[in-house]
Amino acid sequence: MADIRKLRRLMRQLEEQLVVCMRCGMCQAVCPVFAQTGREADVARGKLVLLDGLMQEMLDDPEGVRDRLQRCLLCGSCAANCPSGVNVLEIFLKARAILAGYLGLPPLKRAVFRRLLAHPETLDRVVEFGAVFQKLFARPVNEIVGTSCARFGSPLLADRHFRTLAAVPLHRRRPALNTPAGAAGLRVGFFVGCLIDKLFPNVAEAALRVLEHHGVGVFLPEGQGCCGIPAISSGDTQTFNDLVRRNLEKFDSAGFDLLVTCCATCTSTIKKIWPSLCDDDLAARARSLAARTMDISQFLVKRVKVGGPAAAAANGRVITFHDSCHLKKSLGVYAEPRDLIRANPVYTLKEMAACDDCCGMGGSFNFEHYGLSARIGRLKRDSIAATGCAVVATGCPACMLQISDMLSRAGDRIAVRHPVEIYAESFSAEGRKG
Amino acid sequence: MLSPALIREFKAQVGEDAVFTAAADLMTYSYDAAPLEPVTPALVVRPAGSDALSRAVRLCNQNGLPLTVRGAGTNLSGGTVPPAGGVVIVTNGLNRILEINAEDMYAVVEPGVVTAKFAAASQAQGLFYPPDPGSQAVSTLGGNVAENAGGLRGLKYGVTRDYVMGLEFFDVNGEPIKTGSRTVKCATGYNLAGLLVGSEGTLGVFDRITLKLIPLPAAQRAMVAVFDQADRASETVSAIIAAHIVPATLEFMDNFTIRAVEDYSRVGLPVDAAALLLIEVDGHPAQVKEDAERVEALCRQHGAASIRVARDAAERTKVWEARRSALSALAKLRPTLVLEDATVPRSKIPAMVQAVNDIGRQYRLSIGTFGHAGDGNLHPTILTDKRDKAEWERVEQAIAAIFDRALALGGTLSGEHGTGIAKACFLEKETGPATILYSRRIKKALDPNNILNPGKIIAAAP
Repeated sequence: MADIRKLRRLMRQLEEQLVVCMRCGMCQAVCPVFAQTGREADVARGKLVLLDGLMQEMLDDPEGVRDRLQRCLLCGSCAANCPSGVNVLEIFLKARAILAGYLGLPPLKRAVFRRLLAHPETLDRVVEFGAVFQKLFARPVNEIVGTSCARFGSPLLADRHFRTLAAVPLHRRRPALNTPAGAAGLRVGFFVGCLIDKLFPNVAEAALRVLEHHGVGVFLPEGQGCCGIPAISSGDTQTFNDLVRRNLEKFDSAGFDLLVTCCATCTSTIKKIWPSLCDDDLAARARSLAARTMDISQFLVKRVKVGGPAAAAANGRVITFHDSCHLKKSLGVYAEPRDLIRANPVYTLKEMAACDDCCGMGGSFNFEHYGLSARIGRLKRDSIAATGCAVVATGCPACMLQISDMLSRAGDRIAVRHPVEIYAESFSAEGRKG
Repeated sequence: MLSPALIREFKAQVGEDAVFTAAADLMTYSYDAAPLEPVTPALVVRPAGSDALSRAVRLCNQNGLPLTVRGAGTNLSGGTVPPAGGVVIVTNGLNRILEINAEDMYAVVEPGVVTAKFAAASQAQGLFYPPDPGSQAVSTLGGNVAENAGGLRGLKYGVTRDYVMGLEFFDVNGEPIKTGSRTVKCATGYNLAGLLVGSEGTLGVFDRITLKLIPLPAAQRAMVAVFDQADRASETVSAIIAAHIVPATLEFMDNFTIRAVEDYSRVGLPVDAAALLLIEVDGHPAQVKEDAERVEALCRQHGAASIRVARDAAERTKVWEARRSALSALAKLRPTLVLEDATVPRSKIPAMVQAVNDIGRQYRLSIGTFGHAGDGNLHPTILTDKRDKAEWERVEQAIAAIFDRALALGGTLSGEHGTGIAKACFLEKETGPATILYSRRIKKALDPNNILNPGKIIAAAP
């Protein structure tokens, strides 16, 4: 283990960001984890105090601080509600990286990040292998939500109702694309993202159909990697930088107007986290790509001018929309996905209560604290179910996973879709089965 | 450090999961929202029910452990900073609204209920709980009662004290004490609730609170009056009060605060204005109309450069958003924010505004002044960086000077934030030594081991 004085020196880098917190405690009003536990160490103010304590040599327990720092969804609700404007997410990610550098990564995470995540080709092979054999251990439970559960006891899956791996991931269906700008006069880079590629390729297919329909050229390079969020949120800067570098090489020399993704988490990672946390030698390129990156619904509404006053049916299929934290709180995008949904007259959008409350997924948080994650998710499920909807849409595949699990475990028969799928249905006949 | 046997005893009596001992957990209960030095407690307990709460209090007393009750930890005077080696009892696990009685217009709550949630639950039944401290989205009712919290509506509707009808609390031995009633009138026994409100956890530990509710006002009207000279605004405040009009809210904002708010939220405030008054009258529609017209006339008489009356709910919301963002806007300017709440008789508001400006100049500090001018409760807000030792010394001198001026004008050190640690050493200036001695005797009689939040309000007993 490295010298604790070195840890304190590294923590000093955070000082100017840490002093911004005035301990007012307003973060308690919005933190989904604190709402469940009432423990100060679970809310941003408590965590910021712990980082301060470590830095000021008032606390000598880096493991204790790391463990508490990991009990966070990184949903950004606190930052969005912070009177002093504390940049909570950046502080937490930097602190996680400093602490992981000092304490080392847990062996399992290290293996997963360094041997799989950092090597997309290996990850693809492992996942494809998994897709073939998943029927052996997974049994379908809810055909509307599209979930399965474990056939026998599994510590990894617990009693989750999960979405299975796609039989054919997107990179097999559409290994690469390079089409010129059409009627729209625009060309986009298409960043797929792991969950879309391996679990929800239909979302990407819908997006590509929509782009084609509107005459938007697409550049989709082979061999894209993960955006790096699983690695950086556990403090693995090495894997994170490897992935940023790889993705920058795939995209930043190609000619396109904007980079779009269907994943709110990927978009917010590329826009917010790449520029602020990547190595210095990548920073300028990361900033430049970040400035050109957009969520798919925002792109379609703002740039392609999809939507507008739609003749939405008053008695259409009821659909509700969940605001993913990374889309609304991080990127400020919430009107556009709704516009996209309203552009399909088959549906009637009915808002749920607390539509922007976090679903409790938080990526690896769900694996490390499943009980807590599920308690938060259950609240989201209740809000969704109370609308009486047939479909819930959300702009983030991680939220789609969590919401699918929660709906399925409650026995709800509600389909979970992406807004771009809903919009694509409106002009593609084969998509209408929903 | 507590002995393992004692920690086991706490776990047995309060609950295995309700006792925190890890250093990293303890540190998160070492502070509140006051800019004071943190003190880490020896133990934290978070009882989930009355019985566990009572047992925790008794165990502390039996073992001579100082005990600090904490709700959301948002108070601004250090009332929830524990003494070294102390036990913090967190009440946010006791968070049930036990009853809202619309017929008799009262409610019974546990101490950990969040203020804004309670206000919303009351409103859902057509009732009004007016106290609205700035931290209401997270503050607990137990904390509000312990600090006698105020808010924007103090002028017309009073403060937390005015809504406490009864209390059930534990004495230092964990025995249940009952005072007050759910009746409008109650003339039995000592008015112990009166003593316990604002006692900051030094005399007992709240278990249940009975709160008065009132009918919701039928109509409101909000307006913003712009002034070229700050003293004209503060004179207008005095004039409105002298005319015996009682607005629900009458807020003042100085130029420094106006510019900070406008930079931050771009709501269209006039950045050239020396001061603003944000005023709301409420009640019966006919009265609201008449009061609003009279207030408008008084503003003009006293030199308001312009007056904007909110025409609809959206405009009204905008007015109060501007006011509510004042603290956030100021907080973004410097790392440390010292929010004072010295309060003067309302006719002395012009003198106090002037005094704060003079003090800011004298000590070379940035002070934004806003607040509840209508009830005499201004918030001079000093912006600083606690790490700058020389400036921090000037801040402390400025605070003392603000207190001196407020007292000289016949006011008080604190309108709504409480005495806590921050103002304990100044209290004698306001009350005289006999009052401190009298208070210490009460404390000694009720808490002979001096374990109930020692060091708060009346400082250490000699």
